[in-house]
Amino acid sequence: MLKSVTMAVGLSLAVGLGASSAVADDHSKEQLYPLFTYRTGPYAPSGIPFLGGNRDYLRYVNEVEGGVDGVKIYIQECETAYTIERGIECYERYKNGYEGALTAAIFPHSSGLDIALTEKSRADKVSVVSPGGGQSVAIDGRVFPYLYPLVFDYWSEAQIIVDYLAKVHGGYDKLKGVKLATLYHDSGYGRETIEPLKILSEKYGFEDIQIPVPHPGDQQQAQWQQIKKAGADWVFLRGWGVMNPVAIKTAARVGFPVDHVIGDIWSGSEDDARPAGSVAKGYLSVSAFPPGIDFPILQKLKTAILDADKTDLKDKSKFGSVYYNYGVIEAIIFTEGLRTGHKKFGNRPLTAAEGQWAFEHLDITAERLKEIGATGLLAPLKVTPENHRSETVSAKVQQWDGKQWVALTDWLTADPALFKDILYGKAEAYAKEKGITPAAVTN
Amino acid sequence: MTTTELEQPITLPGTRGLTRQRLLIAAGLALGLVGVPLIGNDYWLNSIIIPTIAMGLAGVGLNLLMGYTGLVSLGSGAFMAIGAFATYNLLLRLPFIPLPIVLLLSGLIAAVAGVFFGLPSLRIRGFYLAASTLGAQFFFQWLFTNFNWFSNDTLTLTISAPRLELLGWDLNSAVGRYLLVTVTTVLLLWLAHNIVTSRIGRDWMAIRDMNTAAAVIGTKVASRQLLAYGVSSFYCGIAGALWAFGYLGTADGYTFNLDKSFQVLFIVLIGGAASLFGNFLGAAFIILTPILLDVATSTFGLSDYIDQAVLANAQRIIFGVLIIVLLIKEPDGLARLLKQLARKFTPQR
Repeated sequence: MLKSVTMAVGLSLAVGLGASSAVADDHSKEQLYPLFTYRTGPYAPSGIPFLGGNRDYLRYVNEVEGGVDGVKIYIQECETAYTIERGIECYERYKNGYEGALTAAIFPHSSGLDIALTEKSRADKVSVVSPGGGQSVAIDGRVFPYLYPLVFDYWSEAQIIVDYLAKVHGGYDKLKGVKLATLYHDSGYGRETIEPLKILSEKYGFEDIQIPVPHPGDQQQAQWQQIKKAGADWVFLRGWGVMNPVAIKTAARVGFPVDHVIGDIWSGSEDDARPAGSVAKGYLSVSAFPPGIDFPILQKLKTAILDADKTDLKDKSKFGSVYYNYGVIEAIIFTEGLRTGHKKFGNRPLTAAEGQWAFEHLDITAERLKEIGATGLLAPLKVTPENHRSETVSAKVQQWDGKQWVALTDWLTADPALFKDILYGKAEAYAKEKGITPAAVTN
Repeated sequence: MTTTELEQPITLPGTRGLTRQRLLIAAGLALGLVGVPLIGNDYWLNSIIIPTIAMGLAGVGLNLLMGYTGLVSLGSGAFMAIGAFATYNLLLRLPFIPLPIVLLLSGLIAAVAGVFFGLPSLRIRGFYLAASTLGAQFFFQWLFTNFNWFSNDTLTLTISAPRLELLGWDLNSAVGRYLLVTVTTVLLLWLAHNIVTSRIGRDWMAIRDMNTAAAVIGTKVASRQLLAYGVSSFYCGIAGALWAFGYLGTADGYTFNLDKSFQVLFIVLIGGAASLFGNFLGAAFIILTPILLDVATSTFGLSDYIDQAVLANAQRIIFGVLIIVLLIKEPDGLARLLKQLARKFTPQR
């Protein structure tokens, strides 16, 4: 028995590692999309619909549109279970392409992995693109030429919250004396809004109350008592996972009006509001990835993919959910990045260097969004070599009506000038600590 | 250091076996320090070999405590975190100290913490002790996520690899990091080997086998137990620094969570308790099996036939089953399995 176990292990080792080069098909006419997945692990409930949207859109592009400008996308999944170490293995496995297909960029699908790849990607000259999950300091493309924290950052989110409150209260001058409590997940992610809100509170005169919730946040009685005692007018809920429904329920229990609780972008999915039950009705959240199936591109996906039973989703009710649409948005950004590169380099698979150029010149205009059928699904996006985030950051405010999210506003755009110097200053400090010379900007 | 060790005359009985063993070690070292960097590519070094060696070293740390002294700890992750954060802060704040000294100091800092959290072992044993070492795990995770001084006030509370260099030689490439991790591990293995074959090691094993009897024959049980916690944490601390900067390139309070502690524990169980080399087998098993299963599914094109979600979950199930089968069939771990195999294939005299 002992021997047979060893034999089996040895055999599978030899087969698994040896075969990877033996039966390689030629995919050199295709563009590789290494799809970092988390179908298992604690974040699988958000990973599964996200991957569904991601794969469905790419399948649509491949099968209905014949690829991106004729170049088919070759998807290879790599399961990370949302851990950094598995993610690094996936990155190393696919950074130089696979079976002849080239890698243009890596989408790590995890903020932690994005951070871990900061210096590796610099050494390998491979772009790491994290729509909605990048590092805010990486906005400075001269210091971080290979990082793309696209679409959204928490500094802009703090601005958008304050802009929204000003709108509700009837002007920025009315914010004086308003008490805004931020209930945050006590982690790097949760703390990112402390600094911008402090600056904003000094600027507009509202009272800034910061209350941490330790991970995972399944007990919040004390924090909500504190909020009641402080007499907060609004709560900005920067939660994650189980912390969100618990916050909504506890708010209702202590008698805090749920329609004065505004969730973060990671507190605003169906799975954050629905488990809280009927008390969640009226709960607000910031949304950078609007849910819904009325966008023309979602309708196209419904006909060509969902109804044709080609979807990656097991549970079809997730179609059009926040995370599904987030997956679609990310796939759109990937394919639009490729299109940008094709215009300069020709309609063929892009190398990592060409991918870097392409994402640095990504410009998704309102017209282009209309062509795709994604108006309202994502805001126009413009990247430059100096600004790897997007020149403007926008989000909507949405409200839970008990069954689904309803958009309350159109895109609210944060003033890009306000925090520019601070963020670029932080990038400069990073460059100094690491001894990096910021790249000269060339076009 | 190791070569001089090899040339020393052999004084113990069983000389013939030992010479061969030493020759094997020398060959292994030559292969490891020259051969592997020459033939290994980025992928193998970065995502297979470096993590295996670093986790193996953490396994050595816990094995000194668990396998040799018979004590338990569920706080290995915490001591790894201390090592990583100490290395980061020493390199950042005292940049004139060379890297090897920094690693040594970080190990010592972890050792101090280890001794402190080993104090309950003087009063309690078994499951109760295991539960008390959990305290270290939660305390340090809390400490590193709540005081961002430790991460140099970064927004993300994450520490990133400082520039690794030794005598002006940049160690940031895959080969450089590999050599850093391997040389450190070899030196520490040599030290561990000497400790466990010395008086200290014999005392530890006496405590493990029966601590009352050990006390009767004059072993200072209390101080030896604390020493075991200190040495174990010293190893874990350095392993943590290597894991964070030799492998990941980054770390935060959650990098070394309870999962990591359990991983180290499994490495010891699977590799084989009271074995130094076995830890590396255990680490290879823990780290490589999931990757292998993932590679196998894509190689055989299984994703064309079977749903991705099913595959992803099946991999975890198979991994779990493998662990169970292995522990039932060979409770003494992979080290013993390998030894038996070696015996089978060498001519008996």
